[in-house]
Amino acid sequence: MNINLTLIGQLISFLFFIWFCKKFVWTAIITAMEERQKKIADGLDAADRASRDLELAQEKALERLKEAKQEAAAMIEQANKRASQIVDEAKDLARAEGDRLVVAAQAEIEQEINRAKEELRSKVATLALAGAEKILQANIDDSVNRKLVDNLAAQL
Amino acid sequence: MAGDTQQTGSEYIQHHLTNLTFGHTDHGWGFAHNAQEAAEMGFMAVNVDSLGWSIGLGLVFALLFRCAAKRATTGVPTGFQNFVEMMVEFVDGTVKDSFHGRNPWIAPMALTIFVWVFLMNLMDLIPVDVVPYLMSFAGVHFQKIVPSTDPNITLGMALGVFGMILYYSIKVKGIGGFVGELTLQPFAAKNPIIQAFFVPINLALELVGLLAKPFSLGLRLFGNMYAGEMIFILIAMMYGGGLILGAFGGVLQLGWAIFHILIITLQAFIFMVLTVVYLSMAHEDH
Repeated sequence: MNINLTLIGQLISFLFFIWFCKKFVWTAIITAMEERQKKIADGLDAADRASRDLELAQEKALERLKEAKQEAAAMIEQANKRASQIVDEAKDLARAEGDRLVVAAQAEIEQEINRAKEELRSKVATLALAGAEKILQANIDDSVNRKLVDNLAAQL
Repeated sequence: MAGDTQQTGSEYIQHHLTNLTFGHTDHGWGFAHNAQEAAEMGFMAVNVDSLGWSIGLGLVFALLFRCAAKRATTGVPTGFQNFVEMMVEFVDGTVKDSFHGRNPWIAPMALTIFVWVFLMNLMDLIPVDVVPYLMSFAGVHFQKIVPSTDPNITLGMALGVFGMILYYSIKVKGIGGFVGELTLQPFAAKNPIIQAFFVPINLALELVGLLAKPFSLGLRLFGNMYAGEMIFILIAMMYGGGLILGAFGGVLQLGWAIFHILIITLQAFIFMVLTVVYLSMAHEDH
């Protein structure tokens, strides 16, 4: 319980330990802690940024997908339209071709009929002549008769 | 009881409260053989046990924390590293709360005080007879292992704090500012004659306030730890009083020790916070 030199000894060691703590303990630890704090904050920031980027990318992807769908739908529609157009064209073409064929066939038929008529006419003339010759058994001027018969045949 | 054969209760207590003092006796330099001799040594003596344990515990603190500081990295801290960083963060937070100036010495000083005083107080939890008994085999008669129950130790630290208060008061405010703070308040007057009359009153009041800081700081810690130690000694006396009283003493010692864990932490914390507050006041320029 006596106050003695211990007081001074303790005072000196007190100051020494404060100096030691400041010099060799505090600075190192507090620096490391602050650096770590900064690192963690940076990491959190980066994570935030990444998640924001991800969100943005997802949005973009969704948009792109929507666009692609729309494009595809448009393409399909166009294709359908084109197909029906092609079918229509083909139909038209076929109809026209058919008509043409029909017309050609009719023309040919007409021609055939005319030729048959001609042939028939000539055959009839010959036949008539032959018949008349047989009937008359006379020497009739062949050329006059023929003209007569031809006129007759033309009137048929 | 501490190796001696027959003691009365008061002798036992007296024995436990005597420091191992080294100084100049009538027979030359040596250890005091009793409290009387220690008192006669006067100021030129050293309480070897208090100072030894104090410096030893200070070295424990310094080396442990130095070890942690060496391994301090920005990576993930583990184990003891974590504990040290928690302490540092706690002290740093406390200092930032109550100290508003800029001084790189305050926080490490607060850490030193907190951990060191805590370690010194912690010695109180070692049963009072163990170390003195072991020491008696080595021929050492007295051993007080709790440095903070020695007023030399607590007042020594308080004196250091007082020195810092004076140093920073003068450094921040200048000698004129510091003297002004001591003499021109709390009573102030516009009339210089009345002011001159107030100066001695102010000086007396402020000096009392200033000197009360280190004394209250040192004596608070000393008083609390001394009282705690005394109760441990009184409880330890019950061990000599038979089986039932001894068992009761054991229960009491356990209870007091558990309660004392709170006290030693609290006292270390109070010493630290008051030091920071006093230095904060020293930094404030009115």
